[in-house]
Amino acid sequence: MKAKIIITPKKAVLDPQGKTVQNALAHLGYTDVTAVHVGKYIEIELGSNTDPQKAREALDEACHKFLSNPIIEDYQLEIVP
Amino acid sequence: MSIFRFAVIQFPASNCDQDAVHAIRVLGHSADYVWHKEASLGNVDAVIIPGGFSYGDYLRTGAIARFSPVMQAVRRFADEGGLVLGICNGFQILCEAGMLPGALIRNRSLQFRCEHVFLKTVTRDSPFTRSIPEGRLLKIPVAHGEGCYYADEPTLSRLASNGQILWKYCDVSGQITDSANPNGSLLNIAGICNEARNVAGMMPHPERACESILGSEDGRMVFESMIGTLRLARASAAA
Repeated sequence: MKAKIIITPKKAVLDPQGKTVQNALAHLGYTDVTAVHVGKYIEIELGSNTDPQKAREALDEACHKFLSNPIIEDYQLEIVP
Repeated sequence: MSIFRFAVIQFPASNCDQDAVHAIRVLGHSADYVWHKEASLGNVDAVIIPGGFSYGDYLRTGAIARFSPVMQAVRRFADEGGLVLGICNGFQILCEAGMLPGALIRNRSLQFRCEHVFLKTVTRDSPFTRSIPEGRLLKIPVAHGEGCYYADEPTLSRLASNGQILWKYCDVSGQITDSANPNGSLLNIAGICNEARNVAGMMPHPERACESILGSEDGRMVFESMIGTLRLARASAAA
């Protein structure tokens, strides 16, 4: 079992990295791109006997208090077999 | 003259710890390193969390350092009213720990900025600014890639109305301008304090500006403010 966590900068927070990547894409001819957000991907491996509901609750807490910073970031958490 | 004891916290990859200890000793006071695994600060009068790249800046700057055993001791010390100054990475750690509001993110330019900047002291009503003469700009170096101060609108207005913004980036004539802002910080914020006013963080490095041979002695005024505060507290405790 695995947890997949995607962390992205909040929309209200300046994302100079996303903006720079967007500019570079435009230079390469990808002019239809309207915005780019650069974030992080974290994959957490869990034991096969883990209860998915319990894992979700525990990792939700971990995301909130450690893996992401709620002041500047949003996260999506997915538990997959 | 009273000698005060400063604790300078050392994390793996702190790199301004020696500068901080040196600066405090140059000012005639005592400074000792406290390793991040220590659960106690010992008998100290003030704490400095120095600059660097604690834990390699992994995950986010300061994100891992905040869970070090020593940070629980720093939190207790602050809760009891002790003076805590976080410089650069120390500021980032204090924000991650929730001991200061907001967060520090990647510089708007995406560049690491290493240069002298000018700071306007917004209020002298704090233990970190009280000895800075009215209207005196500070010339102090910055050296960081993630010093862009961010907080949401309600937090920013609370900071402003409570007088918690201590320093703003300004130009040589004291004007708060975009071009004087090295990192894109909202409201040109260079340093803030908590509501109780005993915990402060700043991105610039006052410890690198305490001797004329280094190009500026203006950083002394930050530490002298802390020392003046400690002296008053000791005098009133003795009275």
